[in-house]
Amino acid sequence: MDQQTARADRIQDGSLSPADGRRGPALSVDCLTKRFGDRVAFEDVSFEVGRGEVFGFLGPNGAGKTTTVRTLGTLVAPTSGSATVAGFPLTPGHGMEIRRRIAIMPESPGLYLRLSILENLECFADLYEVSDPQGRIGLALRAVNLADRAHDACGTLSKGLRQRVALARALLGDPEILFLDEPTVGLDPVAAREVHELILGLRERGVTIFLTTHRLEEAERLCDRVAILNTTLRTIGRPDELRAQLFSTALTVRTLVAVPDPGRVFTGLPGVDGWHQDGPAAYSLTVSDSAVAAPAVTRALVAAGADVLSIGEKQHSLEDVYLELIDDDAVAARS
Amino acid sequence: MSVSVRRVRAIFRKELREYRRTRSLIVAMAIFPLVFTVQPLVAVVALAASASDSLAHEHVLLYMLGIPTLVPVFIAAYAVAGERQQGTLEPALTTPIRREEFLLGKALAALVPSLVVAYAVFAVFLTLVGLFAQPGVASALIQGPDLLAQVLFTPLLACWSIWVGISVSTRSSDVRVAQQLGVLASLPPVFIVVLISFNVIPVTPALTIGSAAALLILDVLGWRLASRLFDRERLITGTR
Repeated sequence: MDQQTARADRIQDGSLSPADGRRGPALSVDCLTKRFGDRVAFEDVSFEVGRGEVFGFLGPNGAGKTTTVRTLGTLVAPTSGSATVAGFPLTPGHGMEIRRRIAIMPESPGLYLRLSILENLECFADLYEVSDPQGRIGLALRAVNLADRAHDACGTLSKGLRQRVALARALLGDPEILFLDEPTVGLDPVAAREVHELILGLRERGVTIFLTTHRLEEAERLCDRVAILNTTLRTIGRPDELRAQLFSTALTVRTLVAVPDPGRVFTGLPGVDGWHQDGPAAYSLTVSDSAVAAPAVTRALVAAGADVLSIGEKQHSLEDVYLELIDDDAVAARS
Repeated sequence: MSVSVRRVRAIFRKELREYRRTRSLIVAMAIFPLVFTVQPLVAVVALAASASDSLAHEHVLLYMLGIPTLVPVFIAAYAVAGERQQGTLEPALTTPIRREEFLLGKALAALVPSLVVAYAVFAVFLTLVGLFAQPGVASALIQGPDLLAQVLFTPLLACWSIWVGISVSTRSSDVRVAQQLGVLASLPPVFIVVLISFNVIPVTPALTIGSAAALLILDVLGWRLASRLFDRERLITGTR
């Protein structure tokens, strides 16, 4: 996670930029809104994605994630707001220039099932007007470990393999920005891990990746920063920042038997702001600084004659952050 | 607007590869020519030589223009609706391809096999008539203005059917519905041909060329209509 944090810092300060040396964000979105008639797909969304960043875009079903990707990919026109994609303003006149520099892997692979893998890729290499198409196709196939199955009909492939072909197709044009819309949905854990490894490989090559996903552990593992969308943008930041924003630091204490008078033990200790019992012999302490509080709590428990089994910092996952925000929205909607 | 030949060719080649492996299209491409060939062939071969006088005032050959009308519309109606149904349209439209390039690739892929089938069947029909029909019947049937009309109208009617088929296809999410509506919508120009066939409108070289010019104008209008109806956003989201 430290490496990830350092990487995110370098992206934000601009020192991590892609091979082409161009500066400025890969994506810059300002108050973007899309409505279909009266229905709001997403509203007033603003964010920036640095070049070479892996940016997670999370949200429940119907939150507007896919429509955002389609809008940034010039398939859907925004209702209002502005954006730049790969350095080009998101306007109808720049659609082709933008599409030259990006690739979108939709949720459904969308392969021509009657054609072979090679025939699918040949078609798309020509659509991207790739120079040396056969060489490029070979590279893409090797990247997804499908070089030996190039002549297989796509209709005979498993869902995981189709997803890999779709990823190979997305790599053909050597995109600056790769939009991956739920790339691991419906995949078994092994296939999902393979896709994760491919994404990590692309990250190493400096490709900007815009990843929409429901899998929060996936976002936590792969993304430098994440945004949570629920029609409007609820929050954006590094996973650790979001945890810190939403949750106070807590220590979890377990003892062999219940402490007779826990209030007397925990109250007033340095760095401890509050406590509550979390089980028969378990306590959760809200702390301002765990490095100060943990030794003080340990000393106090030993002094009180308690047998300490464990003291540890309570870890909030990205899932906790997500659920906290989305639950808030659900409560607000009900009221 | 510059059109990339490479991207048009990519769509054209992909379409032909798909058609070759789509049984329903192969069957349709075989059935329509058979329907429009076998019945007139049997009728003409069975005619006695004395029928040649009345035949000289009819234009049986033009009946075969049903082939370039119906074969391409069946293929073209599949072009966009088929891709939507398979979920392959979105990936294709995320590439730098222009709408015009996409439609040209689709149209050419419907036009080329249709023309090959139409001209080949026509050539086979003439050969069989020459070989098996009574000599007087063959010479009465094969008339210069009819041949000119056949040669000129075949690609023009095919183009009209293609643009109609693609236009219907862009508005439909079901291939079969698109094909049925496409066939219906492509029929009006055929009505003129039918009037010519039954000698309601007499065939002359001037009329043939004039009709061809009118069809050409219809083709241009059809192309513009298809381009107008091809809206990326609506095709992808199903709204607007």
